[in-house]
Amino acid sequence: MSSGTINRGCRRALHLWQMLAAVVLTLGGWALPARGELSIEITRGADNPTRIAVVPMTLGAGQLPGDISAIVAADLQRSGLFDPMDRVNMLSFPRRINEIYYRDWRLADMEYVVVGDVQRPAAGRIRVQFALAQVAGERQLLSTVVEGSDAELRDIAHYISDKVFETITGIRGIFSTRIAYVTATREGAGLAYRLHVADADGARERLMLKSKQPILSPRWSPDGGELVYVSFETGRPAIFRQRLSDARREQVTNFRGLNGAPAWSPDGSKLALVLSKDGNPEIYLYTFATGAFTRLTNHFAIDTEPSWTPDGRAILFTSDRGGSPQVYRLTLGSNQLQRVTFNGSYNARPQLAPNGRTLVVVHRGSGGFSIASQDLVNNDFRLLSQSALDESPTVAPNGAMVMYTTKQGGRSVLAVVSVDAGARFILPASASDVREPAWSPFLR
Amino acid sequence: MNVKQYKHLLLVGVVSLFLAACSSTSSDDDAQGMGAGAGIGDAAGGVTTGTVGDGGVGGSDLDTYNPGGLETVFYFDFDKATLRPESRAALQQHAANLRSNPKRIRLEGHADERGTREYNMALGERRANAIRDFLVLNGVDAGMIEVISYGEEAPAAFGSDEAAMAQNRRVELK
Repeated sequence: MSSGTINRGCRRALHLWQMLAAVVLTLGGWALPARGELSIEITRGADNPTRIAVVPMTLGAGQLPGDISAIVAADLQRSGLFDPMDRVNMLSFPRRINEIYYRDWRLADMEYVVVGDVQRPAAGRIRVQFALAQVAGERQLLSTVVEGSDAELRDIAHYISDKVFETITGIRGIFSTRIAYVTATREGAGLAYRLHVADADGARERLMLKSKQPILSPRWSPDGGELVYVSFETGRPAIFRQRLSDARREQVTNFRGLNGAPAWSPDGSKLALVLSKDGNPEIYLYTFATGAFTRLTNHFAIDTEPSWTPDGRAILFTSDRGGSPQVYRLTLGSNQLQRVTFNGSYNARPQLAPNGRTLVVVHRGSGGFSIASQDLVNNDFRLLSQSALDESPTVAPNGAMVMYTTKQGGRSVLAVVSVDAGARFILPASASDVREPAWSPFLR
Repeated sequence: MNVKQYKHLLLVGVVSLFLAACSSTSSDDDAQGMGAGAGIGDAAGGVTTGTVGDGGVGGSDLDTYNPGGLETVFYFDFDKATLRPESRAALQQHAANLRSNPKRIRLEGHADERGTREYNMALGERRANAIRDFLVLNGVDAGMIEVISYGEEAPAAFGSDEAAMAQNRRVELK
């Protein structure tokens, strides 16, 4: 039996969020958008999802501030790989492995059962001893204890989801990760721009920055502790970094022309970014320790949207040097340049999955702009989305899902698709245009 | 001291000035400025807010260019940064005005929503540069022209139809 507890960061996160909420109330000047948490709408599931029963984990009515097993079931369903059983069809509610009557679950055609025993070790604390059982073979695959405060109920649920998902699929779960994104809301004649961080399921949205001037291109530091982004708050584009823990921010660039598309290196020591101070957009490296800017490209065409290969040895970027926007790879050190995409007339904003092999791009085809993937080994090219105005793909840290933006009812919303294009869901927002999601790295 | 170090110091200076500006105007005018909210992960950290006035054109009113009744918005074709023939007459008139009475101007380049955001940022700059180059060829001092691209971030028209997008592919002379 192993045990785990929600890490300190999560606990602090909630604490800080409560503090922020309090400060917002007292400030009153800049209203936090209603915590209209993005609600999930699953538009397509995988063909053969695994059937699993997540048995309710309760203490009795009103004893818990949320429904842990409902959150776990929703997590698993969103992955596209699971089809959780509706609890109204459950014949019994076992809380421990030895209470599972396997015949009930076999008759319901379940492959797995998740049970959990909830306790209150102290006031305001929740402790869940949970287990995963495989119906065929009637065996326990996992048994773990997780503990946290009432405010960490969602963290507890996501932890359970991560463990169950990883045990069954062998793939690390992303339910405890976060997303950063920008919203644009019409206010008066113009737009108000907000940078947010939320849980990967859209819950617990937190405001990081609000401005009347555009905010774009948020990216995470590799340790998940900071964001880097472009803000026009000075009247010109500039790159800022901002720590999530205390909102400490620092302006990184202030050059004439474009200051854009920052991307943190995997080792955290550098940013790849775009500057046009010498006449047209070029890719540069900025080294935090020295403050030095090193120019990487030198071409009259547009060079932009740099991203790092997972090993940090090369930069992928968009360039129209061949006549239309395509993806190129620049190997650092040797400065060897290689064109990577050849399908169609527009492939931009490259990002490599953690396997270093699956390239995700924005592709223009006959139907408009969609998200596509290209296998860099066998060049297998596939469309992951089919709408006309999809953009801003970001790959989950486990490489299994891609989040992007699509249009729904005239507004831009977040959508998620599995890399095999089997499962898809949408996170509709209340009233704002939601843009440029950036998926965090693993946070623990 | 080498050039890189000097640049770094300069940057630090600029950042310090900027941060000083932030704190000195805090809680001054929330409606106009920018509020920063915070808070994931560190119990020791408080929440900071600051306001920054909307950035505008550099210089005082005396320096502002008055275009009179001349057209100040110039439109472009999709994915193109080539001046349309119908833009030339007004731009030549602007150039004449600015030659005889030099003023600082700002060229703001924009793109429609199709394509990726940072690529559109570059496209907006390319369009504004096309206007700048035309003005410079017609005798305007390049040092008096500032080019800023907003990409697709600040549309003139909302909507995804061709009419709205055509209005958004533009350069505004200010």
